[in-house]
Amino acid sequence: MDGYRTWFLRPSTQAAVVTVALLLSSFLVYAFPRSLPAFLLFQASLLILYHARIARALKIGFAAGALGLLLPILGSINGYYLEVGIQVGIFVVLALGLNIVVGLAGLLDLGYVAFFAVGAYLWAIFGSRQANQFVPASLIQFPLAPEWFFVFLLLGVIVAGVTGILLGLPVLRLRGDYLAIVTLGFGEVVRVLVNNLDKPINFTNGPIGITPIQRPPLFFLPVLEGLGIRASPAVLYALYFYFLVLLIVIVVTLVSQRLHHSHIGRAWEAIREDEMAAAAMGVPLVRMKLLAFAAGASFAGTMGVLFSAKQLYINPESFTFMESIGVLAMVILGGMGSIPGVVLGATVVTVLNLQVLKELSIWLNTLRHTEAAIYIPLIGSFNISQLPPQFEPAKYERMVFGIILVLMMIFRPQGMIPPRRLRRTRGG
Amino acid sequence: MDILIAIFPQVLVDGIALGFMYALIALGYTMVYGVLTFINFAHSEIFVAGAFVGVEVLLTLQAWGLLQDLHPVLLLLLVLLAGMTMSGVLALAVERVAYRPLRAAPRLVPLISAIGVSFFLQDVIRFGESLWRNAFYLTYPSIPFFDQRIQLTAFVDVPLKSLVVIVAAILMLVGLNLLVHRTKIGTAIRAVAEDQATASLMGIDVDRMIALTFLIGGAMGGAAGVLFGIQYSLITPYTGFIPGIKAFTAAVLGGIGNIPGAMVGGVVLGLLEAFAASYLSLLTGGAFGAEYKDIFAFSILILILVFRPQGLLGEVVRERA
Repeated sequence: MDGYRTWFLRPSTQAAVVTVALLLSSFLVYAFPRSLPAFLLFQASLLILYHARIARALKIGFAAGALGLLLPILGSINGYYLEVGIQVGIFVVLALGLNIVVGLAGLLDLGYVAFFAVGAYLWAIFGSRQANQFVPASLIQFPLAPEWFFVFLLLGVIVAGVTGILLGLPVLRLRGDYLAIVTLGFGEVVRVLVNNLDKPINFTNGPIGITPIQRPPLFFLPVLEGLGIRASPAVLYALYFYFLVLLIVIVVTLVSQRLHHSHIGRAWEAIREDEMAAAAMGVPLVRMKLLAFAAGASFAGTMGVLFSAKQLYINPESFTFMESIGVLAMVILGGMGSIPGVVLGATVVTVLNLQVLKELSIWLNTLRHTEAAIYIPLIGSFNISQLPPQFEPAKYERMVFGIILVLMMIFRPQGMIPPRRLRRTRGG
Repeated sequence: MDILIAIFPQVLVDGIALGFMYALIALGYTMVYGVLTFINFAHSEIFVAGAFVGVEVLLTLQAWGLLQDLHPVLLLLLVLLAGMTMSGVLALAVERVAYRPLRAAPRLVPLISAIGVSFFLQDVIRFGESLWRNAFYLTYPSIPFFDQRIQLTAFVDVPLKSLVVIVAAILMLVGLNLLVHRTKIGTAIRAVAEDQATASLMGIDVDRMIALTFLIGGAMGGAAGVLFGIQYSLITPYTGFIPGIKAFTAAVLGGIGNIPGAMVGGVVLGLLEAFAASYLSLLTGGAFGAEYKDIFAFSILILILVFRPQGLLGEVVRERA
């Protein structure tokens, strides 16, 4: 038995397991492009990769191959997988941003989606004709050229970060739960403002929203044509956004990690564990809290810019309280303060919402049409076609978020992958 | 200018009715906060549960053809009792399942759990009602007696139901005040709020008193839900969020943990909001619509928390180390 264990833990075995898992699941997705279990297996093999005991460089190589090559190929077979990949990426970045505020600094921010909205509306207004509502067309003709998208990606970081500081300045002296309520209020204020700023001057076009929004430039098109590669615009843009999101995810993960392990990250954790003690040890509370707010907000801001470009259309409905709680659920599920945990949490919740619940609804519907009878103990025989049409799991997102939050708080407050420092000190 | 004066009494009555509704909901927040220093985020859904039980009772009575025959006061008492029972029991259950296991945990942990309960309950109500009635947007059946308008002066009339809401709310608030300040149970609850350890040494069952606080707060929330339904008719599982936040604002405005404060805060906020909703667009020539009343309430919340966190009537609460 022991010999088997050492054999299994040997790096070469582990590498082989990862290779087999990735290739097998990719083949399954390739063979059954509409099968959700196949795609879930592909995602599970990424999790296996994370836990595998192999050299770091090899692991990164595997990850690059899986995310940079395998997933785009699978996505060109079933375009929906690219969309899932993009959405997961967007939420990973949001969750990593919220993780800095909630997980590291211990400040519960319930209005986080407001910063996402700031970024999204920033590009939506200037990347569409909307800006001509308040800037005379004789001065500048909107929309701005697609090339400006990249400028706005940076601008989103700055504007959202500054918004974070502006919100943070007055409220950061508040106690934890008051801070939560104030940020919630701030989130709602931003949403109501966006909803109503179509008069007296039309800034946001109110509840109707803004469309069409400029997409980023296809600067690489000449290269592709030179290579003789042709793709339909739909596939091209999906792949383009996928790689853009992947790039941002990598940058944000690295920034998160560097911050986490710097003196700033340690100061945040000190504040989270005991504010008074941290202050006594010379941690500048206000400056560190503002920094946490600004860093978290800037992640959301840059993703907002990308989100509006990808969606082509945004309205205030995308930025409700529920979105803030959804991101919070991702952070809590994965593990507050743990970067791999948060990435996992964001992936699980997004896939659950986008795919699993939807599939479940469809499956229940087809089941209903079979009119099969099942036998339930104590209740007796039950015809499935009588199953009420209200059993539609896809409509009960809130229930899913709620269950995640309550169960995690009661049974596993440290999350699925607890932060390493916590694991060390508490032996968990 | 004339129109501003003409609508004044109507706005005043609306504002007071709204304010007392906020006060009833705010009691749930403030009592729980007083005892556990914890924001019961799920209280807004406890309020909505009361509203839904109320509409179910009324719709059932309507189906039985009893809605016209029952005496209106009896009808009101019946619906209120049903709503209060449901919400009180629900609040008890939520405390037992989602909060009690977390009492020793860091402060944000039960708050996050409460947010989870709030979301969970919203969809549970939606699910239950769509199974039962195939709709989750429900309207209170109109009761002709309550729809009458009372002539105050030659030009001014207000709906009777607003007055009913005000009277019912005042009676309940007075009753609660007596309960908390004049009875043994009330003394025990206040003792637990003051100092749990000492209260327990004095022979008070702390767990039971905390449960009782949830029961009373929940019942008040349920009553507010029923009154809300009577006043505004339309309810949805998601109705509770905004009134919940505003009632919390009212509680903070009056000084959280302070029962008379919650009442004052509720009425002040209700009046401010009613006047903002009616006069803002009139005074600004339509540039700022009634939608801004929510921003108004949230801004008050933020300003109060930042500049006077102890509220209008509250005392300074020391940070617990």
